Amino acid sequence: MRTRPNFAGGLAGLVWLGIVLVPVYYVVVTSLRNQRGFYDSNPLSLPSPPTASAYELVLENDFWRYFLNSVVVTAATVAIAVAVSLMAAYYVVRGTSWFSRMTYRGFLLGLAIPLQATIIPVYYLITRAKLYDTLLAIILPSVAFAIPLSVVILANFLRDVPNELFESMRVDGAGDWRMLLSLVLPMTRPAVITVAVYDGLNVWNGFLFPLILTQSPDQRVLPLALWSFQGQFRVNIPAVLAAVVLSTLPVLALYVLGRRQLVSGLTAGFGK
Amino acid sequence: MSTVLEKRHRAPARTPAPGRARRRTGPSPLMAVPALAFFAVFAVVPLGGVAVLSFMAWDGIGDPSWAGLANWAAALTDPATYHAIWLSVQVMVLSWLVQTPISLLLGVLIAGRGRFRAVLGVLYFLPMLLSAAAIAIAFKALLDPNFGMSRAFGLDVLSQDWLGDPTLALYVVVFVIAWQFVPFHTLLYQGGVRQIPASLYEAAQLDGAGRVRQFFHITLPQLRYTIITSSTLMTVGSLTYFDLVFVLTGGGPGDATRLLPLDMYLSGFSGNDMGRASTLAVLLVVAGLALSLGLSKLSSFRRGSQLEGA
Repeated sequence: MRTRPNFAGGLAGLVWLGIVLVPVYYVVVTSLRNQRGFYDSNPLSLPSPPTASAYELVLENDFWRYFLNSVVVTAATVAIAVAVSLMAAYYVVRGTSWFSRMTYRGFLLGLAIPLQATIIPVYYLITRAKLYDTLLAIILPSVAFAIPLSVVILANFLRDVPNELFESMRVDGAGDWRMLLSLVLPMTRPAVITVAVYDGLNVWNGFLFPLILTQSPDQRVLPLALWSFQGQFRVNIPAVLAAVVLSTLPVLALYVLGRRQLVSGLTAGFGK
Repeated sequence: MSTVLEKRHRAPARTPAPGRARRRTGPSPLMAVPALAFFAVFAVVPLGGVAVLSFMAWDGIGDPSWAGLANWAAALTDPATYHAIWLSVQVMVLSWLVQTPISLLLGVLIAGRGRFRAVLGVLYFLPMLLSAAAIAIAFKALLDPNFGMSRAFGLDVLSQDWLGDPTLALYVVVFVIAWQFVPFHTLLYQGGVRQIPASLYEAAQLDGAGRVRQFFHITLPQLRYTIITSSTLMTVGSLTYFDLVFVLTGGGPGDATRLLPLDMYLSGFSGNDMGRASTLAVLLVVAGLALSLGLSKLSSFRRGSQLEGA
């Protein structure tokens, strides 16, 4: 697009890069110090020698249980949300009645419901259903709030699938389920990945539903665990920051493995 | 510029293929039932429920009982409510003023091709991967007046009690929210810039327009829908935002950062006054809807000059 280097833009870009990277660097090097090193050394110096003692401490303190809880909640939420959203998207795109158009419009409007504003009735429902302090209590409302955007993205993608494919499968006598599994799912794969990543990130990092719907350490997910580590290791900052690093590793691994899908998942159709 | 959300709000009309025996070609409505059921029970019903609960007294433990207008009367005469609203407005406006120029410029910067930009892009997105809880905890450690970053540079300016000073704490909240969300909006603007036809810039270059003029006369007007999309998400988002502020300050010091959503949570789940919390939730929903509608009205303006200087 342009040929001359843009020094002003480049400089501004580097300044922001510093603002982004300094905290990240600080967290990583601090988590590799021991407590003494933390009090004695310059916060930006490299730890000498780096030690994993903070990590050991975190891993001894039930980190694996919280990690597993997060995995269960995220995997279940994504699986359910993607499955029901794909079914609904198939219906709103291929349905022929007024009801299918209404359904799509309903989900579009549903995008405007802020989950923060619904927590009190959700809490009421969950406690009355005797689900309080279970992982299911986090999964159910998380699925609900993942659905609208998932349906809209999948439906917009599905609209570009040619009519003839559906028609010819119908003529061959395929039912709804076979259409869904052997045509809709393969054709919308990129969108399914985008939606799964977006929903997964949101749930993995979600804080409010776990905060109000669970209580005991047994049901604790990672973001909540970080918050409680903060109280538990009040003076041991390296340990708190080691927990921060550990809780982010799975997402970073995803970032390294599939950066393109992840980035498209991050903006989830708002920008493209 | 068109986002997926703005693209084709109508499902296209289906024309059944002519000459074929009349058979149902569309899927059964049952396909939509699971998604609709989930969404109805855990989002739509609670949205109505919060309006009902705002007319009830409930401590969060026993059974709710009818209270008429008592919650509304109490909330609307309570200075704490207006304090929370005022703080939320401040954070919303400041967030927009901080995030929009930065995201826009960064988006323009990394929209171009080239290795340097690609690497920048990869690094810029890092904050999007972190949970709000993780970010808040990291900044708490970083801003600690005794053991945080202040020691790295030996500058007294940096060794303020950032989160302990009521005036500073609100600005810190705005900054950390920006740190988390600028990458997302940068991505939006990057996408928007990439959709601007290159021919516009070529023509401007032939006319001898410099980079600054190109930015103000081509880039900015062409990005107006991106600006509106981004601004809507930014303002509505900052209004309902909870996680980061809760972990970073818990609403403190005192009530210096007790924004609306925090006030709602603390009133209900710490203060056992779910009635007051519900009235605040209703205020949040109304404010969010009003903002979204107001900003979507903006997008019907056809003149790019409306947004110059935005």
